This record gives sequence, structure tokens and C-alpha cells, in this order.
Amino acid sequence: MADTTGDAIPGTVTVDDDGVRRRDFINIAAVAAAGVGGISVLFPLISQMAPSADVLAESSTEVDVSAIQPGQAIKAIFRKQPLFVRRLTPAEIDAANAVPVGSLRDQQTLDDRTKEGHRDVLITMGVCTHLGCVPLGAAEGEVKGEFGGYFCPCHGSHYDTAARIRKGPAPTNLEVPEYEFISDTVVRVG
Amino acid sequence: MIRLIGILTGLFFALMAVWGFGTGLATVISDGQLKEKTAEYEFHLKPRDAGLASDGAFGKWDLAQLQRGMQVYKEVCAACHGLKFVAFRDLAALGYSEAEVKAIAAGFQVPGIDPTTGEANTRPGLPTDYFPSPYPNAVAAAAANNNAIPPDLSLMAKARKDGSNYVYSLLTGYRDVNTFTVDGKTVKQVFPEFATPPNTHFNPYFANLNIAMAAPLMVDGQVTYAEGQPAPTVDQMSKDIAAFLTWTAEPKKVKRTQVGWPVMGFLLFATILAWMAKNQVWAAIKPKKKKA
Amino acid sequence: MSFPWAQQYQPTNAFTRFMDEKLPLPRLVYNAIGGGYPVPRNLNYMWNFGVLAGFCLVLQIVTGVVLAMHYASNAQVAFASTEHIMRDVNWGWMLRYAHANGASMFFAVIYLHIFRGFFYSSYKAPREMVWLLGVVIFLLMMATGFMGYVLPWGQMSFWGAKVITGLFGAIPLVGEPIQVWLLGGYAPDNAALNRFFSLHYLLPFVIAGAVILHIWALHLTGSSNPTGVEVKQESDTIPFHPYYTAKDGYGLGIFLLIYCALLFFGPNLLGHPDNYIEANPLSTPAHIVPEWYFWPFYAILRAFTVDLHIPFTAIVIIEAKLLGVLAMFAAILLWFFLPWLDKGPVRSGHYRPLFRKFFWFGLIPAMLVLFYCGGAPAEEPFVMLSQIATAYYFLHFLVVLPIISMIEKPEPLPYSITEAVLGEDKAAVLGENAQPVGV
Repeated sequence: MADTTGDAIPGTVTVDDDGVRRRDFINIAAVAAAGVGGISVLFPLISQMAPSADVLAESSTEVDVSAIQPGQAIKAIFRKQPLFVRRLTPAEIDAANAVPVGSLRDQQTLDDRTKEGHRDVLITMGVCTHLGCVPLGAAEGEVKGEFGGYFCPCHGSHYDTAARIRKGPAPTNLEVPEYEFISDTVVRVG
Repeated sequence: MIRLIGILTGLFFALMAVWGFGTGLATVISDGQLKEKTAEYEFHLKPRDAGLASDGAFGKWDLAQLQRGMQVYKEVCAACHGLKFVAFRDLAALGYSEAEVKAIAAGFQVPGIDPTTGEANTRPGLPTDYFPSPYPNAVAAAAANNNAIPPDLSLMAKARKDGSNYVYSLLTGYRDVNTFTVDGKTVKQVFPEFATPPNTHFNPYFANLNIAMAAPLMVDGQVTYAEGQPAPTVDQMSKDIAAFLTWTAEPKKVKRTQVGWPVMGFLLFATILAWMAKNQVWAAIKPKKKKA
Repeated sequence: MSFPWAQQYQPTNAFTRFMDEKLPLPRLVYNAIGGGYPVPRNLNYMWNFGVLAGFCLVLQIVTGVVLAMHYASNAQVAFASTEHIMRDVNWGWMLRYAHANGASMFFAVIYLHIFRGFFYSSYKAPREMVWLLGVVIFLLMMATGFMGYVLPWGQMSFWGAKVITGLFGAIPLVGEPIQVWLLGGYAPDNAALNRFFSLHYLLPFVIAGAVILHIWALHLTGSSNPTGVEVKQESDTIPFHPYYTAKDGYGLGIFLLIYCALLFFGPNLLGHPDNYIEANPLSTPAHIVPEWYFWPFYAILRAFTVDLHIPFTAIVIIEAKLLGVLAMFAAILLWFFLPWLDKGPVRSGHYRPLFRKFFWFGLIPAMLVLFYCGGAPAEEPFVMLSQIATAYYFLHFLVVLPIISMIEKPEPLPYSITEAVLGEDKAAVLGENAQPVGV
């Protein structure tokens, strides 16, 4: 490459050909090194948009469920989104278990959605799986929908007592986040 | 025309600057000195080297020392100074376990809200909370400390020149104003009018020599270190807190130099390649390479 | 573009042919920094700083845009959001240090670029417009750098903003209303911080626009060169690519080595410790100093200590404070007039014996003194030193240069760039294929 350019310019002299391979290699290596450098700079530029340390630190929340009476629910905040924690009455548990799983859009049993020994504690995200509105039914006096669970007013999704989608446009049940009981009364979500 | 205006303007500014110089020179000659000698200048000491493990381009955190410094902060400094940019969760980087971080956080009372009445109260800290200020606001801090607000310590090691060594030197630098000498003379022998006002304490490492803070670390063993740690002398405790505040000021300091070395290595390699490539490209037209 | 022998862009495939027809961007780039731009063959390393300055601008815009994703321009939280970047944002510490030290590197590169221009008289005809646009870029950079330094809202940020806007307060009659208008208040606060952030984000793109004009104007005449002799024949030039791209690549490597050494091993070396103390309107730092790249002009500002008054009376014509402000602005604005102040026919300092002496033993020492004194506390001997240096600074540009350009006998110039480079190669010098261009 350099040879041909050199020829084009009066007063310059071409270098003989035996070094071509080595010289091409140096050029390719230099350009490749610049490329590697440029690409590695992208890494911090991209990863700076990922959640920062303070946001990640809040990615787990501890909730005390001892004060929730059967039939009541509370709204907690998990990752800046509402989290529904509901203590089911025996009637609600029976209602949920009475539904044939095969008839559901998103086929899960109540047992799939609660923890062993705490079948009456239903913890779900308060985010409708349709377009992300907050369903009604957690607070006292709110509409609970046709199936006694939650009702999303945006586009009319009805969830049952196990927070499973039964009617309306939502494609899946309300999401159950990862959580564990770290004592009999305290749940760590996330 | 432009040149004429230019020459006149130039002469005007030059004349005014020289006039100022003449006035300044006259003052210097009549005073017999360049500038007035002050105690703050003559008796101020540069920080002593604390010799921290994190110093320099190959520095590493000494986690045991940082934990000791954390203990000194908690038991001594925290009475008056906050650390508002440091979260308890950050302490995990000092080698504390999750449970220990929780315990340290719970040992601090942070501002909270009573969940039933909504009134402001305090609650035990959580790992996501930040070290609280010991005072609810600046007015309270000033009122409790003879009008001198104890500064937040988060960035202290970067907010002073040679900050890490400054913290160490300041804490070990309290002297008796009547016996402290520079070149064999005490302050009062050179500056008879020098005084240490009430509620201030003589310390030659402090900018104006009189610091409002009384010596916080006074006796060896003021803090009890765990088994196997060095004896808690004032010097050792001061070094430890200097190390801890170096970390709080820049928790990414060691990571920074650790990233820096490979980057420099790569750049050196790439630059040598670029140099070779440049020589190779230019070889074709360099006159000295001429052959028949 | 500028010379008849410039290589022509040849689209090689369907896509580049399509582009060349519909939007000839590849051709533009080829003619700007590719094989289509013939450049004097004798440029030395002082000619690397233009490309490096362009790199710095891109670097500052890229790091600045990502920092703005995390920074909050509210006086209540600005300082904390900066610390949030330093502590919590992924790689935030690196991005912030890269931006802060990038500004320093940008100014270092620009100062070398400008002094290259001084020594080789790059401002002379036919490149006056290139020079004028360059001075505009420098002024925009100063405004951008100043406002950027305010954003972390530390002590130096706050007091820097107060002092610099206070300069406008020196203007008679309208000064104070202007200062209040600039700040949107009586002291720097939210209003000032927000507008500074807005303008700090905007101005770099204005600079980018000015840079495009700067390069455009440059390409109309072609680059100058160390001999100052204009291009006469084809053998005087070589295509920008690959010769100067390779040379600039090497220069960039050296630049990055220095920059990264600063970034990773001494990121606060050029900063001031006081800026790690949150802004406090009730307590002034002992010595307010701007960033190092403003020191020469800060020294000029402080060099004027006496009112212009009628001698032996108390009648003041111009106060010292206003004189300082006028001098500081004049010190930069006079650069606009350089092409007409220095009318000597020879450009390069290499062939100007008298000019060379004043440059190396006058201007450079004066600038170094001003740099040093601007960062030093306002006490003797620094004020007196900066007064001497300031006097020389104005004399150099406004008195010495015009006079030298009239009386100086330049040393003999080479016939052409080719002769300067190849010397003994008669055939090449005379240029069998030479196509003289009328410059």
C-alpha cells in the first residue's frame, strides 16, 4: 500500500519488496490495537447505565407479615414497585384450590405460588402483567374483581384469590418475586 | 491604523501594569520585606507521612487497619462528625460479613418516621442507610460546639492538601504552645501577640494553628482493639483513622490504580505499534532511505 | 480540494456509489482527512495538536453526555450527585475523572496548538479566517470550562462562579444589574447552577460547529508548514492518509499515555482540595484560584493594582478592578487582530531572527511566569512578577510584533518545501512535474 502511494509522489523512492509482509502485519496490528482499545472503552460507557450500587442495594426488601390479619393485604415497595402481601382466609384458599388448573390461562396452583408452611401468605408484585398498571384489591374497600382477588381497572383484568389471571387481557398471573422467610414473621424479598 | 491603535493600547496596559509594579516595589522597599511574616506561615507544619498501605500507584487496602479505623470512628469521631456519603452497605468492602454490616448499621440511630403517627423519630439503621450526622442540623451542631461546626468526614482525606497524612498529623499534632519550637524559638518569642483564643487548641498542622476541636485521641488504649491487633496507641489509632478516612474519601482508589496498570500497559503496546506503523508508512518518502 | 493534483475519491462498490450520488459524506471525509487532502510533507510534531484537540472534544462530549445521565443540577443535591457518581455508578469514578482531566488535557493541547500558531505565524494571510475561528473556539472553551467547574458545587465551584460573575460587576453603571442577571440572583444558587449546566451541555456542540468551520477554512488554503513557504508543486505535498493519519495515530498514543497516567494515578493533581468541600456561601476559601488553564489570564486580572488617576490628584478615571477586567479580556481579544498587527512577509519563526529572540526569551518566559503567578496566592513577589510579565505580554503582541514586522530582515527562505526536505535532490526540487500554483 505504501509503495504505490510512494510511487505517486515525485521525489520519493520506493522501498524494495521483501519487507511487504512484515510491514503489512505492523499496520494491521496497529489498527487492530486501536480497535481493541476503542471497543474496551465502550464497556464502562455501556455499563454506567446499569443499576448503580445504591439501586442494587435496595433490590431486596424485608417485610414483616405478622401484623396482617386474614383477608387483609398490605402494599410494600420492592424495587420501586408495589408489592402485594396478602394473608388469605381459609375460604379464599379453598376457592383458589377449587379451580381446575387445566382451565387456567397461566397454569399454576396456589401451592406453586406460596411457600411450604405459609400457604396463607400470598406475595405478588402489584404490577398487572398486561401493561404494568397497579391492580386494585389490596387496600381496604377496593374492588377485588369478579374472582375476589385483584382487579386491574386499566383494561379490566380480573385476578383470583391466588392472584391468577382469570379474565381480561393480561397474559400471565401476577408475578411472584423470589422471596424467603428469614423468620416466622419476616420475609426477605429479592 | 490597527497597528497604531494596537501600539497605543499595548503601551497603555503595559504602563498601568508597570505603574502597579512600581507601587508594589515601593511598598516592599519601605516595609523592608516582601510580605508580612505571620505565625500561620512561619509555624505551620507540613503533614507527616502516615505510611499507609493504600499510598502510591501500587497501594492496597489493609482491611484489618480499615476495620480498626472504622472502630475508632464509631467510638470516638462519630460523637461529633458525620460520614454522610458512606452507606453502611459500603462497609462490606472492608471485609465485614453481611451480619456484621447489619449489626453496625443497627448500632446507629437514623432519622425515621413513626409508621402510625407519621411523626419524625429515629430508628436503627439499615445497611442501605448512610452514616447519620450526630446533629439534626447545622444550627444544632454549631450550638453544641462553641459555634464551630464539626465538618462531615466523608471526603476529609481529599478536601485537604495531602489529606491522608494531614488527618494523621493533625490527630497526633496537638502541642503545648509554650514549648513547641521551630528553629529553637516558640511562637510567642517570634510573635508576642500570638494567642490561642478560648475554646481553641494549638496544633501546628492546622491551617491557622488554632483548632476548635480538642485532641480527640488523648490516651493510649482509648479504644480497645480486638485480639491480635496492634496496641491502640494514639499514634496507631491516628494512623488507623487516617486509613479509614482515606477509604471513605475514595473507596475506588485501589481499584483505580489496579485498572490503571493494564490500561497503561496496553497503551504502551499500542503506541509502540503505532510508532512502528508510522515509521513504516513514512519510510517510503523519507529522503535518507534513498537507493539507486 | 485545494490543489489540482489532489487524489480523487473513487467509490468502489454499489453502496459507496449510491452514497456518493445521494449524500457524498464518504467523499467529504476523504477530502477532509483522507487521501484527498494534500498536506505539506514537512509538518513536524507541533502539527499533531489539531487532531488531538478534535479527539479531546469528542472525548469530552462522550464522557459529558454519560455523566449528565447521573448528575443533578440542583444546588441541594449537586455535590451529593457528584459523589453518587464517584461511589455508586458503575465506572462512575473513571468517567468523572476522565471528564475532569480530559478538560485539562484539552486545554494543554489547545495551548500548544495556539503557540504553534504564534511561532509559525499561522495566523497570517491567507489563513486569517482559520485563526479567527480558532480564537472563537478558544473563547467558547473557556466559557464551557468555567461553567463545567461550577457544576460539582464544591467550594471552588461556588466561589469561582461568584468571583467571575463579579468581574462583570466592575463595568460602570450597568455592571451590577448584569451580574444579578447572569446569576439569576444575588449570589450563585439554583438559578445560576441550572443555567450553567444547560449552557455547559450546549456550548460543546457550538464548539463542534465552530471546529467544522475552522477545518473548512483550513482546507480552502491548505495547511501551513514549518518553513512558512506556500505549497508550489505536487512534490511539496503528501496525502493526509496514510502519512498524517499514521503520524497522528502515534501522537494520539503518546497523548493517551500521559492522559491515562493522570487519570489513573493522579486524578486530583490538577484539581483543588477545596472543591471536595461542599459549597458554603458563608465561608470563603483562603485562596480562590480557578483551574490551571485560566491562570495566565487570572494573573493578568490581578496585575492591575492601581487606579488610573490623574497624578498627584485623587481624580480616578478608571478603577483598578475595571482595568484588570478590561486587560484580561483584551489579552485574549487582541489575538483577533494578530493577522493585521504582524504584517511581516515571512511566516515561520525559523527564518525570523529578531522575532525568534522575542518569542523564546520574551513571550514564553512571560507566559510561564503568568501561569505560575496566576495559581499563587495574591501576595508578593507574585503580584510584582505578574505585573512585569503582564506588561511584557501586551508589549509583545501590540508593540513588539508590529515593529519587528516592519524592521526585521528575515533569513533566506528555501525555494520550496521540497527543497527544504530533500535539499540535494535537484530533480525533485526543480520539479519536472511541478505545477506552480498561484499562491
